Amino acid sequence: MTLEQLLSSLTIFVLAILVGFEVISKVPATLHTPLMSGANSIHGIVLVGAMLIAAVANNPLSFLLSVLAVAFASMNVVGGYLVTDRMLEMFKKRPAAGAGKPGAKHAAGGEA
Amino acid sequence: MSFDTFIRLVYIVAAALFVVGLHMMNSPATARRGNQISAVGMAGAVVGTILLIASGSVTATGTLIWPIIVVGIVVGGGVGAYTARTVKMTAMPQLVSIFNAMGGGAAALVAIDEFVKAVGLGPHTLGTAEVVATVLDVVIGSVTFTGSVIAAGKLQGIVTGTPVKLPAGQAINVVLAVVALVAALYLLFVGQVLGILVLLLLAALIFGVTMVLPIGGADMPVVISLLNAFTGTAVAMAGFVIDNPVLIIAGALVGASGGILTKLMADAMNRSILNIIVGGFGTGDVAAGAAGAVAGAAGGSVRELTVDDAAIQLTYAQHVIIVPGYGLAVAQAQHAAAELAGLLEERGVDVKYAIHPVAGRMPGHMNVLLAEANVPYPQLWEMEDINPEFQRADVALVLGANDVTNPAARSDPSSPIYGMPILDVDKAANIIVVKRSMRPGYAGIDNLLYTDPKTGMLFGDAKDVLTQLIGAVKGL
Repeated sequence: MTLEQLLSSLTIFVLAILVGFEVISKVPATLHTPLMSGANSIHGIVLVGAMLIAAVANNPLSFLLSVLAVAFASMNVVGGYLVTDRMLEMFKKRPAAGAGKPGAKHAAGGEA
Repeated sequence: MSFDTFIRLVYIVAAALFVVGLHMMNSPATARRGNQISAVGMAGAVVGTILLIASGSVTATGTLIWPIIVVGIVVGGGVGAYTARTVKMTAMPQLVSIFNAMGGGAAALVAIDEFVKAVGLGPHTLGTAEVVATVLDVVIGSVTFTGSVIAAGKLQGIVTGTPVKLPAGQAINVVLAVVALVAALYLLFVGQVLGILVLLLLAALIFGVTMVLPIGGADMPVVISLLNAFTGTAVAMAGFVIDNPVLIIAGALVGASGGILTKLMADAMNRSILNIIVGGFGTGDVAAGAAGAVAGAAGGSVRELTVDDAAIQLTYAQHVIIVPGYGLAVAQAQHAAAELAGLLEERGVDVKYAIHPVAGRMPGHMNVLLAEANVPYPQLWEMEDINPEFQRADVALVLGANDVTNPAARSDPSSPIYGMPILDVDKAANIIVVKRSMRPGYAGIDNLLYTDPKTGMLFGDAKDVLTQLIGAVKGL
């Protein structure tokens, strides 16, 4: 890695951290679990790295390390997205799951 | 434009989709779409990488490339898809933890493999920046791997949920830290030796275990969230090791957002992250002393209800607020709770659910469980919206919730949970508490709510009691 590359990588790293702080600051508690699961799937991107090391694996130890890395990362990606979707699907199929306070609706509704 | 450049553009698009997707997950209305958008970005990056390797625009000198990639994706993806589809919603937090362990493990493996290849070419072939990134990746990734597995084991009940006090636990951690530090310095300044990296790896793997074992089961959500942020950081380090920007962006994104999420969770429990990691309150002498002090007073004045009394109170109420908690999740009683609520509504009772931010096993977990039991979304009320409603409520039905209903958090500055946001259950006209026993909650303190003259206790497993209640209400 040249100094130039290192500096541009560091720039990307720092800016991405700041984006990460901003993108999440206003989440209702309801969504904390799905959000954790969703963020968990995103770091499955390590699958890209795992495949790139598999592409240059040419000895038994590297074979073993890269096949484990690809398998672990695939499980992270596939399982992560599917289980997040399963959670969110259950929110989605509610009627009137719109934003805003449910309080207003309830106060107006007359009970028996 | 070369193919290599094209794939680099695909990576940029993928990174943008991760950011947009994560942002859309901030609101219930767009959350599912957000996750799908992020998945599209992931698919693009993965397919792009496969094409990149196939086209030969990237160094592809490996001798077993396709068998490794195909076997890895089929086996790993297959196991992931199967478990994600079949897992019970109550067991979902530990599955997320396992997936997180896999990500951390993969990140560590990438750096180890790069190191093995570099060492094979001769000594001192990695630059200082790569060695730093490798050390951080291996340490963070390995701690996450074993730590997440232990956390999942605790939630599943395979590993005991009670804090395990290791003999000389602090001494072990100090030794591990010293070993890791010396190994890291050796790799940086003396020489790149595989044996030293293995030593570093082992120290980190063991540290993952000794870090999580002493933490109580109720704190696992915060721990899992923290380890999730760790994995993000490890993946970003892997990005530095193999010089790939999309790993750096996605990893840093998850590292930062996971950190924020961990803080939000810890705040909702009135705990500091440091406190949880170091252990202490809720596990040690402080809590025992507090519990002992109130236990005597609590003993005599608890009023026990019969199921029939409770059924009558509920059926002839106008407004009922159900307060579900950890106990409901453990007893898997969310369907029974929804059935009882439906029955009461048929009889003209207005039923709402009061959801504390940390009810269940993870923040937001209770919403998922109740959604699965077909509770309409508008009936789920968040803490700040429901608290003014308690004074209008005829009956508050507390199902396996404890510390989040303890008025001591409002009134008793000496209580360890003083200042924690709670549900104002004590404002309701009548309170019915369904609970296994008088055992204190994880905070280890007695709940003033239980000795309130308005409170009646129904002892038993949440699911059994609810089934009996449903029968009794039907019989009225």
